[in-house]
Amino acid sequence: MFSRRDFLQWAAVTASVTGFSSGLTKAAAQQKLTQDDLLKFDSKGQVTLLHITDVHGQLKPLYFRPPSENFGVGAFEGIPPHLVGEDFLNHFGINKGSPLSYAHTMVDYVNMAKTYGRLGGLDRTATLVKAIRGERGDNKVLMLDGGDTWQGSYTSLKTNGQDMVDCFKLLKPDAMVGHWEFTFGADRVKEIIEQMDYPFLASNIVDNDFEEPVFESTKMFDKGGVRVAVIGQAMPYTPISNPRWMFPEWSFGIRQETLQENVNKARDEGAQVVVLLSHNGFDVDQKLATVVSGIDVILAAHTHDAIPRAITVGKTILLSSGSHGKYLGRIDLDVKGGKVVDFSSSLIPVFSDVIDRDPEMAAKIDEVRAPYEQECQRVIGKSEGLLYRRGNFNGTWDDLICQGLIEERDAEISLSPGFRWGTTLLPGQDITIDDLYTQTSMTYPSVYRLEMSGKQIHDILEDVCDNLFNKDPFYQQGGDMVRVGGMSYTIEPKKEIGYRITNMTSIKSGKPIEATQNYVVAGWASVNEGTTGPAIYDLMEKYITRIGVVPPLENDRIKVVGM
Amino acid sequence: MNVTRRQTFMLGAGAVAFATLGSQATIAFASEESDKLIAEFSGGKEATAGKIKLKAPEIAENGNTVPISFTVDSPMTADNHVASVMLLALGNPGPAVGTFNFTPMSGEAAASTRIRLAKTQEVLAMAKMSDGSIFMDKKTVKVTIGGCGG
Repeated sequence: MFSRRDFLQWAAVTASVTGFSSGLTKAAAQQKLTQDDLLKFDSKGQVTLLHITDVHGQLKPLYFRPPSENFGVGAFEGIPPHLVGEDFLNHFGINKGSPLSYAHTMVDYVNMAKTYGRLGGLDRTATLVKAIRGERGDNKVLMLDGGDTWQGSYTSLKTNGQDMVDCFKLLKPDAMVGHWEFTFGADRVKEIIEQMDYPFLASNIVDNDFEEPVFESTKMFDKGGVRVAVIGQAMPYTPISNPRWMFPEWSFGIRQETLQENVNKARDEGAQVVVLLSHNGFDVDQKLATVVSGIDVILAAHTHDAIPRAITVGKTILLSSGSHGKYLGRIDLDVKGGKVVDFSSSLIPVFSDVIDRDPEMAAKIDEVRAPYEQECQRVIGKSEGLLYRRGNFNGTWDDLICQGLIEERDAEISLSPGFRWGTTLLPGQDITIDDLYTQTSMTYPSVYRLEMSGKQIHDILEDVCDNLFNKDPFYQQGGDMVRVGGMSYTIEPKKEIGYRITNMTSIKSGKPIEATQNYVVAGWASVNEGTTGPAIYDLMEKYITRIGVVPPLENDRIKVVGM
Repeated sequence: MNVTRRQTFMLGAGAVAFATLGSQATIAFASEESDKLIAEFSGGKEATAGKIKLKAPEIAENGNTVPISFTVDSPMTADNHVASVMLLALGNPGPAVGTFNFTPMSGEAAASTRIRLAKTQEVLAMAKMSDGSIFMDKKTVKVTIGGCGG
């Protein structure tokens, strides 16, 4: 744990190590990194949008290693957000070793994490939000929650999202949208909405009978003398990626025609600025900006992409504010003659060792966690290596889960979903219940064990792969590739569906997976109703407890071709 | 992505190791059937894009009941109206979904229905106007196994 004092001292040490040539600016910048620096912003205009998204139940500061692979295909290859590591640094002109480099890339991750410490913590975010409200005045600020807020931790699972609802209330959001929220079931979603004093917006959810809107689509605000419409967009493929039976009466989809109608309606009602609070995913939003007219700003979420500043697609400004509470997105808009004429933007990394804790939020976090704190901190094992999840094809946390599934369920092959949520543990850290649940907290946790033919396994891999690498983002669902244990394979993302996955080989037998042969497969997070088996978090607690120390994990089972 | 029917067919044929002869034969048959239905409906006239707008989800939430709808831009007068609209699911074993007939009295040429889609495929909507001209719109609807997003 680094205190702010340690932080400054460390920076001073670096200065002496790197000397006075090229290292000076960098080291000096580190020495000076303060809360005020993080808040520095080219303020302008009448409206400030603050965006926090995909917090996934994380109230406390955390490590989150950015991905090594985040491929884009078709028109989206090699452009943000599909840049990682040094390509990312070069594109955005960020110095290697700088705080921004640590916040946005996995370059030298472990050393950087030890230097700069954890990011996030809703009490730190609250401090930033209050400071910005103070600077701009409440009447200019819109605080927007991009969704995936209520799910992702031990306490969020035990309280059915109530811990997050209670804490977020203190940020005084003006609106929110949803995705994983729906996995608490339709009734719980409605129950929480009744408690909230801000709207839950969705332009793209209709009831299955008459296709009538279920939620409000739009909320109008008057900010800084400007009429602003915020339109909400839920994750379009929630009933496909997640269990439809938990909210059987609701139908989602992109519904670009409905969105266009709602944008037009907002304009007719006098909106000078139209903001889309979106949970579509960044590429979907990039395309949406070209096919729906009249949206000034899209606040992007879902795909957990974090880019240091907004991009523009035509006249639309897009900002994607990352995940896990690591960042607070900010856009200032200058509106003249009913039009956005200028803007400034930034993704503020929430360096937890540099930002003061907001006392009110800190107390609330302690309060909601109190009944569970002891259990959360219970140590079940230790990791010798780096445990992380995010990346297109595999992560060490998932490698561990895949191995646990094989051993605890006596399977030959295991499947683990390509979720993008889940935090990071540094080498040598204890594994606690809190840590385990950042990877597994969910309302449909049963681990199935069944026989599948080689063809079925191939079909699943191809299907999920197309969700990720279909050249048309409107056909993408936004997760990463399904993680596979007990099997190696080759993947060619640029090919068409049916042709991407080849060379499927069983690790156990060393032989190719045969289409007509059956294999015992264990997996979790099935979207089918009535899936039976132990909960993934219980199974993994048992497995980690049994092995005690998790050795460093290497995964050379997936060969990526053509990228 | 713009998958043509030909590509769809090739895709089916290409999955050699995993496809059975039977299903390939079905695809070939369905494709012939679609060609026949289109020829009959259009009277051999070339269809052009425009006028008709087909609405369908990009990815089906439930392949067994996929909501689709269409609207045709037309004044619906006695001498300028939509005569009929045919819907086809090009990848189903039997591609015919239905044909909707209109008169100027209909007021507008629009309808919605739910269809079953056996797999990822193109859905086609073809409109025949009172002057015999033909307009068409298509949408690819993906039918997935589901799961693993997040």
